[in-house]
Amino acid sequence: MTLRADLALVADLIEPGTRVLDLGCGTGALLAHLAEDRGCSGTGVEIDEEAVLVAIRSGVPVIELDMDHQLSEFADHSYDVVVLSRTLQVLHRPHLVLAEMIRIAPRVILSMPNFGYWRNRVRLARGRMPMSKEMPYDWYDTPNLHHATLADLEDLFHAVGLVTLERIPLTVDGKRLRLPETAASWAAGSAVYVLGAA
Amino acid sequence: MTSHGVGLVETRTAVLFDPDDPLPLSRGATLAPVEVAYETYGTLSPDRDNAVFICHALTGDAHAAGHHEGAVRPGWWDNMIGPGRPLDTDRLFVVCANLLGGCQGTTGPSSIDPATGQVYGLDFPLLDMRDFVTVHRRLLRHLGIERLLAAFGGSLGGMQVLEWALTHPEDLRHAVVIAASSRLSAQNIAFNAVAREAILRDPGFFEGQYVANGTLPDRGLSIARMMAHITYLSEEGMADKFGRMPQQAELAPGFGADFAVESYLRHQGEAFLERFDALSYLYLTRVMDYFDPFARERATDAAAASDVRFLVTSFTSDWRFSSAHSRRIVRHLESARIPVTYRDLETAGGHDSFLLEIPAYHDTVRAYIDRALEELR
Repeated sequence: MTLRADLALVADLIEPGTRVLDLGCGTGALLAHLAEDRGCSGTGVEIDEEAVLVAIRSGVPVIELDMDHQLSEFADHSYDVVVLSRTLQVLHRPHLVLAEMIRIAPRVILSMPNFGYWRNRVRLARGRMPMSKEMPYDWYDTPNLHHATLADLEDLFHAVGLVTLERIPLTVDGKRLRLPETAASWAAGSAVYVLGAA
Repeated sequence: MTSHGVGLVETRTAVLFDPDDPLPLSRGATLAPVEVAYETYGTLSPDRDNAVFICHALTGDAHAAGHHEGAVRPGWWDNMIGPGRPLDTDRLFVVCANLLGGCQGTTGPSSIDPATGQVYGLDFPLLDMRDFVTVHRRLLRHLGIERLLAAFGGSLGGMQVLEWALTHPEDLRHAVVIAASSRLSAQNIAFNAVAREAILRDPGFFEGQYVANGTLPDRGLSIARMMAHITYLSEEGMADKFGRMPQQAELAPGFGADFAVESYLRHQGEAFLERFDALSYLYLTRVMDYFDPFARERATDAAAASDVRFLVTSFTSDWRFSSAHSRRIVRHLESARIPVTYRDLETAGGHDSFLLEIPAYHDTVRAYIDRALEELR
């Protein structure tokens, strides 16, 4: 099974043999890949019923719980890495979830769509809320509760005591952006961050 | 249901401990002889690696699936076990045994004490969850099974599976713990206490020697059952099933069983007397009350060092063992780095949901056990 491009990129950031908590793990593809290719162990968290069943069928340990309220179930420093892929924007209180993540593991890998992507800016300049491959929803019917540019996101990291160890801007197709770092704020469709405690 | 189940089955009995080789109980006493009633469904594979053990709940028995000769109702988990069912007997060898202290063929407090020739009664030793495991491990040896693919249990059965997986993880690859608890709450103990009081205070109880006295503590046992039964259902489930419906065409105020729910509970209480024993009720509920495996030193060490994996499930409408009980189990296992999958299944059926054919629940068991079978190949 080939891993989705952005997940393959996340997988490359994870050391072999580590213990990984994947929040919003979906069908568990990342964890299954990490277990098979990198000898990692770990757990997924997911609430979508169909996805949970696929994860179980794939042999991925998955825990059904509400990320906004129940991450306290996980003990301090019980994992090496916590992954949160394209999920922060659907949580009620992203800042509290980030604080929980860095409590659970010393390293956080997080990806999030960039609201500051140039096409979004153009749509907004024309008087319309952005819609794109990354954010294909009407404003009134979307799971995305929060919108942030990369700069906004980085402010939040700072506010909750996270430092950026690595930032990988991606194209809207989830591939590495081949442009200078400085172009990321408008050219990246999303970005992956490796974060640690300040 | 897509198939006709496992068909005609019989309960068998094995004598697993005798006076030369008595059962050592965890509280120090010994017991002999010990007979165990069990049933099996499906075929043990040549590699003996497809065995699944079913641990039953408080008032369950060895008859989990199929029909006994002439019986109308199938075994208590027939919707789960059979050809094409989640525990697929075309691929699995399923064993279910009555537990120690029970009254459905396995030695218990209403068995005859060979020392006196009388029923043990309250002279029967107090039991511990560990003793259930000891006896069922011996049954596996008797059946020539070295290692289980999985042990499954709901409620008290789930507690036994938890105990088994923590103390002898080498016996099982997968532990499936459904609607269980790792430590009863004050409310749980309170319900058990009232049930026992109803039995102990029944004038027919005679300090446990009711058989010798030719009486039965029927009133106490049926009241215990009626009250417990309320805790197995949810308020929503009872409202759906009975509402305020009258038992007859219309309400006739008085102290009879005027509402349908009253009549239902009376029936449950009565029917229970035919299949259950008051002493077993006392002994088994007491095992639940004292069970607290994570309080032991290095409780999870053995399981963490093994390759045992867990599936834990709870039901949102269960208030006897609410989801918080299962989450506590998950928390302990998870923090010991033991692989655990947890689902909190949305149901209206209360604690008894674990016995029902609920699609999301059965799909979960099916997905889990299918994966377990696949890993064998």
